[in-house]
Amino acid sequence: MKEYILKRLGLLVIVLIGVSIITFSLVRLAPGDPAVHLAGEHASPQVLENIREKYHLNDPIYVQYFYWLRMALQGDLGRSIESRDLVINEILERLPMTLELTLFAIVIASIIGILAGVISAVKQYSIADYGVMIGALFGVSMPVFWLGLMLIYIFSLQLGLTPVGGRLTTGIMLERITGMYVLDSILTLNWPAFVDSLKHLILPGFALATIPMATVARMTRSSMLEVLRQDFIRTERAKGLSERSVIYKHAVKNALIPIVTVIGMELGMLMGGAVLTETIFTLPGLGKYIADAILAYDYPVVQGFTLFFATLFVVVNLITDIIYVYIDPRIKYEG
Amino acid sequence: MDNENPIEVKQRTRTEITLKQLRKNRTAMVGLGMLIVIFILCIGAPIFAPHAPDDVDLDRGLKPGFWSKDGIAGYPLGTDNLGRDILSRLLYGGRVTLSVGFVALAFALVAGTLLGLTAGYKGGIIDSALMRIADILFAYPALLLALVVAGTLGRGIDKAMLAIGIVYTPQMARIIRSAVLSIKEMEYIEAEHSLGASDWRIVFKHVLPNSLAPLIVYSTLMLATAILDAAALGFLGVGAQPPSPEWGLSLSIARKYLVTGAWWAATFPGIAILISVISLNMLGDGLRDALDPRLKGGTKI
Repeated sequence: MKEYILKRLGLLVIVLIGVSIITFSLVRLAPGDPAVHLAGEHASPQVLENIREKYHLNDPIYVQYFYWLRMALQGDLGRSIESRDLVINEILERLPMTLELTLFAIVIASIIGILAGVISAVKQYSIADYGVMIGALFGVSMPVFWLGLMLIYIFSLQLGLTPVGGRLTTGIMLERITGMYVLDSILTLNWPAFVDSLKHLILPGFALATIPMATVARMTRSSMLEVLRQDFIRTERAKGLSERSVIYKHAVKNALIPIVTVIGMELGMLMGGAVLTETIFTLPGLGKYIADAILAYDYPVVQGFTLFFATLFVVVNLITDIIYVYIDPRIKYEG
Repeated sequence: MDNENPIEVKQRTRTEITLKQLRKNRTAMVGLGMLIVIFILCIGAPIFAPHAPDDVDLDRGLKPGFWSKDGIAGYPLGTDNLGRDILSRLLYGGRVTLSVGFVALAFALVAGTLLGLTAGYKGGIIDSALMRIADILFAYPALLLALVVAGTLGRGIDKAMLAIGIVYTPQMARIIRSAVLSIKEMEYIEAEHSLGASDWRIVFKHVLPNSLAPLIVYSTLMLATAILDAAALGFLGVGAQPPSPEWGLSLSIARKYLVTGAWWAATFPGIAILISVISLNMLGDGLRDALDPRLKGGTKI
C-alpha cells in the first residue's frame, strides 16, 4: 500500500511537470506578443520594454518557463488583463461557488442515479426498467446548455418558480463564511437566505446533474444485475432472507464499488459541464470565469486557471484512487 | 441439415456473424435508421430546405411556426431573430455541427491509432512516455481542454475540430493500446514472429484487424460526445462564428430572445443535437453488445 502511494505520488509529480509545460507552451504558442497581452494594446514601447524585463520575456523560452514556474509555485499566477487583479485571488474567490454547484449536482446525481439503477435492475425488463433506461439514454445524450435554457424558460420565465440566474436575490443579507451560500446560510441559521440560495441553485444543479445521473443509473443497473446473479445472493435467498434485505443489505453494498469509481470520475468531468451551466445561469463561478477569459483573450487568466485546475483535478483523482484501493483491497496496486 | 454440412457454418466470417447480431439488435437498428435520415436531410439540405439559411428579413423576425395562428406559411418551425427560416438553418447547421464532430473524431482515430499501436506494440520506454503524455492530457476535463485549446488557437470551426480531435486522441490511443496488449501475447502472433514476419506486417495484418471491435464501438460513442462538444464550443462562442447556422451557435443567439417568449428559436437546434447524439449512442450501445459482449455494461471510456 505504502509502495503504491509512493509510486503514484512520483507519477503525480511527473504529470504535474508535464501539465505545467503544456500550460505554459499553450499560451505562449498563442498568436501575438505576450508583452502586449500583459500590458494591453495601447502600451507605450517603454512600458512594453519594462514588462519584457520584468517577466524575463527577453530570455530564452526555457528560462522563461522556469521563472514562470517559480512564480506559480509561490502562488503567483499573474494578473488578469481585464481586471488587473491577481489571478489566484480571483480563482479562490470563485472556487466556493463552483464547488457548491458541483457538490450539489453530484449528490443529486448519485441519489437519483443509484435509486433508479437499483429499481431498474431489480425489476429487469419491466416498464420501470425501460423507463429508466430510456431516461438514461436521453441523459447521456443531453446538451446541457440546451437543457439549462429549457429549464429557465419553463420554470423561471413561464411558471415563475425560480430565479433566472445569479446566486442570491438582492436585498437578502448573508454573512460570508465558506462562500458556499447554502452552507453559509445553514451555519448562520439564516432561513430566508437558505431558501433563496437553494432556489437559485436548484435549476443549475439539476442541469449539471443530468449526465452523471444517467451514467450512474446505467452503471448501477449493470453492476446490480451482475451481483444479483452471484451465488451468495442465491444462498441468501435460500436461507430465507426477505427479498428486501437481500437487495438492500447485500446486493447494493456489493454493487456500490464500481459505482463509487464512476462518481469519482464524473466529479472531474462536471467541471466541463460547469463552464456551460454557469454561463447559462450567469453564476459567478470558475466555469464562467474561464469561459469569459477565453473570449476576452485574457491569457494570464487562462494560463493560471488551467494550471490551478489541472493540479486540483490530478490530486483529486489520486485521492479517489487511493480511497478506492483502501475500500476494496482486491484492487491491484498497479498504476 | 446444419450438422450434415458443418463446413458451410464455419465459412461464415466474423463480420457476417457480427452483422447478423447487429441486425437483431433493435436499438442499434433504430439508431442507425435515425442517423441515416439525419445524414440524408443534412447532406441534401439544398434540396430539402425551403429557404436559404441566410435569407434575412427583419419584418418576419421571431415568427412562430405551424402550432400558432401568427405563423407564416412556408416557415413550419418559425423564424429566428433575423427572420431566417429555422428549419432551413437546422438542415444547413447539421452539416457544420456534424462535420466538426466527424473531422475531430477522424483526427483522433488516426492519431490515436498510430500512437496506441506504437505504444502497445513497442512497449518499454516508448509506451511509458506516450502513456504519461496521455495521463497529462487526461488531467483536464475534455470540454475544458477543448475550450482552452480552441481559445488559444483562435475562433472558427477548423480550430474547434482540431481542439476536439486533440482531446479525444489520448482516449483513442488507450483503447487501441489495451486491445494491442491483449492480442500481442497470443500464440499465433508469436508464431508469425518466429516465421520472420515484419512488425508492420503483424501490426496491419493481425493486430489492427483484431482491435477493430473496440475501435468501432468507441468511435461511435465518442462521435456522440464529440458532437456534443462541437455544439458546446459553438454555444460558448469559440467554435463556429456568425452567420453560421451551426446548432450550438444558433442556440446561443436564440437564448437572448427566450424572454420575449420566442422559445422555438432555442428549442429546435437543441432537439436536433439531442436526436443526433441519441441515435449515435443507440447505435454505439448496440454495436458494443454485438461486437464485444465483454464490454457490455462497462463504463463508457
